[in-house]
Amino acid sequence: MAKTMPERKGPSALGLDAELARRLLYTMLLIRRFEEKAAEAYTLGKVGGFLHLYIGQEAVAAGASSVLRADDYAISAYREHGHCLAKGADPRRVMAELFGRRDGLSKGKGGSMHLFDRSVNFLGGHAIVGSHLPLAAGAAFAIKYEGRDAVVVCYFGDGAVAQGEFHESLNIAALWKLPVIYLCENNRYAMGTSTDRALAQTEIWKFGQTYGIPSEKVDGMDVLAVRAVVGRAVARARQDKTPSLIEADTYRFRGHSMRDPAGAVYRTKEEVEREKQRDPIVMFRERVLTAGILTEADVRALEKDVNDRIDEAVAFADASPEPPDEWLFTDIYKED
Amino acid sequence: MAVMTYREALNLALREEMRRDPSVFVMGEEVGLYEGAYKVTQGLLKEFGPKRVVDTPIAESAFTGIGIGAAVLGLRPVVEMMTFNFALLALDQIVNSAAKMFYMSGGQYSVPIVIRGPGGPAAQLAAQHSQSMEVYFYHVPGLKVVRPTTPMDAKGLLKSAIRDDNPVIFIEAETLYPVKGEVPEDPDFVIPLGQAIVRREGTDVTVIAYMGMMYRAMEAADELAKEGISVELVDPRTLRPMDAETIIGSVRKTHRAVVVEAGAGFAGMGSEIAAFVTEHAFDDLDAPVERVTGANAPMPYARNLEKLKTPSKDKIAAAIRRVCNANGS
Repeated sequence: MAKTMPERKGPSALGLDAELARRLLYTMLLIRRFEEKAAEAYTLGKVGGFLHLYIGQEAVAAGASSVLRADDYAISAYREHGHCLAKGADPRRVMAELFGRRDGLSKGKGGSMHLFDRSVNFLGGHAIVGSHLPLAAGAAFAIKYEGRDAVVVCYFGDGAVAQGEFHESLNIAALWKLPVIYLCENNRYAMGTSTDRALAQTEIWKFGQTYGIPSEKVDGMDVLAVRAVVGRAVARARQDKTPSLIEADTYRFRGHSMRDPAGAVYRTKEEVEREKQRDPIVMFRERVLTAGILTEADVRALEKDVNDRIDEAVAFADASPEPPDEWLFTDIYKED
Repeated sequence: MAVMTYREALNLALREEMRRDPSVFVMGEEVGLYEGAYKVTQGLLKEFGPKRVVDTPIAESAFTGIGIGAAVLGLRPVVEMMTFNFALLALDQIVNSAAKMFYMSGGQYSVPIVIRGPGGPAAQLAAQHSQSMEVYFYHVPGLKVVRPTTPMDAKGLLKSAIRDDNPVIFIEAETLYPVKGEVPEDPDFVIPLGQAIVRREGTDVTVIAYMGMMYRAMEAADELAKEGISVELVDPRTLRPMDAETIIGSVRKTHRAVVVEAGAGFAGMGSEIAAFVTEHAFDDLDAPVERVTGANAPMPYARNLEKLKTPSKDKIAAAIRRVCNANGS
């Protein structure tokens, strides 16, 4: 089990330079701000359907994506805005997709739960719990078939662990040695069901041992710890096609979706407040400031940059027209 | 032309497409070492090796999803369902992943996969292994659904399915695997998806049928010819997209239609064909469209009951006589 890196002073002790610190903080801030604005847009009626916010879990997407190459793939479930943004998607097009507009990543046909971006190898946006775990193995199968050294990172929640597809996928990925990293974001609740009410084994990483693959638990609120653990898994997958299971211990600060805004029925206010003390952005900012890697002015500049970019995303989404009626019938079949 | 079995025609189609395109691979339960539960993949492991002929554990949902994931990245998987009954375990992957990915991604990710295997009534295999499965799939926008009746169709349509950029559900029949017929050996021979065929020309009534029901309808047509009833037989071959034009064209000529299907009739293929014939050719009809369908019951095991479940030649012939005796004009 990987522990959070010990707190030591000095840039080299943290193993990161200003550029990397800036990048990690920027990605986390971008996701946080994006989600806040998406929630606002939802309350204004600009975003419909289900909206699942990633607030609190940003360190997982930011840390994992920071060790991926452009030709690597990421795939996720329905709480995937952060994963898509961290892989490099344009926030303007992500926001436009949430707004159901023609300039959205999926031309407004997918929505919040079905983000896809081929330009950054983001494979979706899959909203049936557990269903994308085999898809991730399939992408890894194709990589191996083609003799490439890319990898697939598959994000999923603790809720998927009770599904058969989790076990089927781990079994086959291990059996066939597929270059896939199964990255479970254990935020402790599958909608309103806590892990101890759903899983006979709540130490999710241990399922990896059952299938004989490297498996680790990591503090999902610590972006550097996530980066280190996923980095090792990516190296294994790249070098010898070994899959991994990583359990990131994280927490969502908001409810399951905007229809469960407080998330207060199944967890206590005290618990939520306690977990907010582990805010991954606050903690990382503190660390890089204390270590002298970034200055207060650096951070303020980053925040301003992020705010501008998200404001621009909202303006872009607002200005984008609705998809034309005839698009109802396009993209059903690919014709040559 | 060569004479070969339906099974051999499928095998040849797989070989030719695997030789033609290195991105085509076969995956499923017992497809390699065992050479296929029904031997459709016989000899493929020897010719193409384990990289392209992939034995899977019994995990339909996972290996179908793996096929879909591989297709998204540009490979052309042919996933075998040992029997199509098992595809229900993969129904979510087929309906929610394969069929919708192109749409949900706004045209970014297509899924060029073929999911094939036997389906339909088979001898005394009882309720879970002997049933018509196409109905679960042809309802879904984004899927193509093929049911090849003859060895020639089996080869030509499977090749088209593999070359198609969309998910294709390709349902064969255990009972047809040993059936022999003429098959072109030309590796460039393909039959486009979405084209029906008139298997027998006639003037009095159009009978629409496929797979085993087409063979029974042929027998019925032979019998009725002796009574002076001229039957035109139309085989849709592809159920989605359906070649409505050929079917309606035939009905406009004969003014009568009978649809035969093996599956339970409620909300079946017969309902759909009867509906669109009524919508598009109502004024041409001299009699209501008749449906001859499987009984609305699960498939029983006992031989006598099993016989009652699926439309017989006599039942088909009786329906044709009824339609032809109706006074419409």
